Amino acid sequence: MIDIIIGVLCTIGALAILIAAVGILRMPDFYLRLSVTVKAATLGGGLLLLSAAFYFPDEVSVTTKALAIIFFLVLTAPVAAHLIARTAYLINTGQWENTTVDDLAGMYDKETHKLHSDRKPPALSGKTEPESRPDDGPVL
Amino acid sequence: MTLDSYIDYVILPILAVSLLLVFIRLFKGPDIVDRVIALDLLITIGISVITVYSISTGKSTLIDVAMILALIAFLGTIAFSYYIEKRGRK
Repeated sequence: MIDIIIGVLCTIGALAILIAAVGILRMPDFYLRLSVTVKAATLGGGLLLLSAAFYFPDEVSVTTKALAIIFFLVLTAPVAAHLIARTAYLINTGQWENTTVDDLAGMYDKETHKLHSDRKPPALSGKTEPESRPDDGPVL
Repeated sequence: MTLDSYIDYVILPILAVSLLLVFIRLFKGPDIVDRVIALDLLITIGISVITVYSISTGKSTLIDVAMILALIAFLGTIAFSYYIEKRGRK
């Protein structure tokens, strides 16, 4: 019975990792590659570690370590993905030609790398202004 | 079919094929950030391979190596992104 559970978990995890690998090879753009890779690889690694936690039931330390690695992966993978995506946007990594919406266009200050949420910085006012929205309080 | 032979003949080859596909992206990658995420994915798949191998051989001490690799993957990606961003800004 426990073997069946471990086999199913291993199979789903390995297939998720295979999907991540195919995605990083086939996607046309860095941002699409990133969005495929991080989620699928975290899911796959987590399921394989969960099967290891099931496989060593009489050693509590191994189960604890496997769960700690799962927790660490889930905690750190989004942070690392966000940082590398921010870096890629700041160094002007090219986007896919069919990408139509870029909500960050003109929102980053090129000098200080600060993100402005609602209003464009005055240094970048040459581009088209976004449509004026009703004011809902001061802009932070 | 026992669990050990299933892992040895099905799960580990799937992971090996995944490693090969990611290596292709690591060599091709047109930009440096592509290579960074390919390296991150390689280390994540490495954690999975170590885990599956420890199930297959029954040696539970290999899990410790997986924990260290998870730490190194996070720190490597953070350091790469920090210095690549710093390189673009004069």
